[in-house]
Amino acid sequence: MEILQNNLVLLALTFGIYYGARQFQKWSGWIVLNPILVTIAVLIVLLQLTGIRYETYAQAGSYIEFWLKPAIVALAVPLYQHLGQIRRQFLPIFLSQFAGCIVGVVSVVAIAQMMGASRETIISLAPKSVTTPIAMEVCQAMGGIPSLTAAIVVSVGLFGAVLGFKVLEVWHIKNPYSQGLSIGTASHAVGTSRAMEKGATYGAYASLGLILNGVLTALLAPFILKIMGV
Amino acid sequence: MTDFKFSYDYQATMIRQCFIIFGCLAVGEVIVWLTGITIPSSIIGMLLLTALLQAKAVKLEWVKGMSDFLIANMGFFFVPPGVALMLYLDLIKAELLPIIVATVVSTVLVLVVTGWIHQMRMKKKTLPPAPPLQGGE
Repeated sequence: MEILQNNLVLLALTFGIYYGARQFQKWSGWIVLNPILVTIAVLIVLLQLTGIRYETYAQAGSYIEFWLKPAIVALAVPLYQHLGQIRRQFLPIFLSQFAGCIVGVVSVVAIAQMMGASRETIISLAPKSVTTPIAMEVCQAMGGIPSLTAAIVVSVGLFGAVLGFKVLEVWHIKNPYSQGLSIGTASHAVGTSRAMEKGATYGAYASLGLILNGVLTALLAPFILKIMGV
Repeated sequence: MTDFKFSYDYQATMIRQCFIIFGCLAVGEVIVWLTGITIPSSIIGMLLLTALLQAKAVKLEWVKGMSDFLIANMGFFFVPPGVALMLYLDLIKAELLPIIVATVVSTVLVLVVTGWIHQMRMKKKTLPPAPPLQGGE
């Protein structure tokens, strides 16, 4: 099974599984079968069955993960296209972002504390709503486990992408701008990619939520954690 | 000859797109390196590119193709960091309940609080027409 550890074989597998998962979702029509989620699950099972270490896969995976940073820069395009509209709603956007950021960090830390999670886990959970590079940075600075944060961040993103719009509808948040903004705030780039599928406007507001909550969390999370005695 | 000219232009366009996007990222890296700021270089790069587009220093069509490609595939780029979950299966199993309850409840709270405040404040203004729904549900 030596050949399975080859970077190019692992890359081809990742592309192939993702493509298959996408086609399967389209064919079955089940939104819950998010292709990102399915691909991650299939790959984990596959790696465990073949005994390939994560470090080996991560080497191949780094070629894919690498594109995350340029993709975040590319979000400048939808943001620029909606800038005029966003400027007219400065106050609603700023107020909702500020509240979203504080609620996100305080609630996850408070619940984890009450349920007796370890300190490392609590710190790794704190930046869960924001995009991976920011979340890992915040986690590292506070003494958490950055790769646990990365894994949690992706899970939160998947949760928001799969169920976010359902949750919003249940709570009667029907305005498309508010929906996009909340999805980006709560579930960063994974949620944003889902919002993009729904339409460019949803996507632009989701990118805005992703950016603002990212910056606010990077600035506020350390203080919130200190105040909450973590 | 026309074929040659076409591919030459196409290549030049691709390179310019890469230059602009990676250039913004590189400036972000330099700013982080110089100031030690904790904001990731990618976010600085995004804000810089937005500013360049706004200032008309960069034309939209100079970055549109590449950025459409990157944004359309953004979800896929999260697969490898997601596979890192397998490293923490034991830790996650040991603290499964607090992790799941805290993340799910908190994520729902963020969605509802953000959306609710934004929607409430927006109602006081005249709404621009709602965008058409495409794809998805």
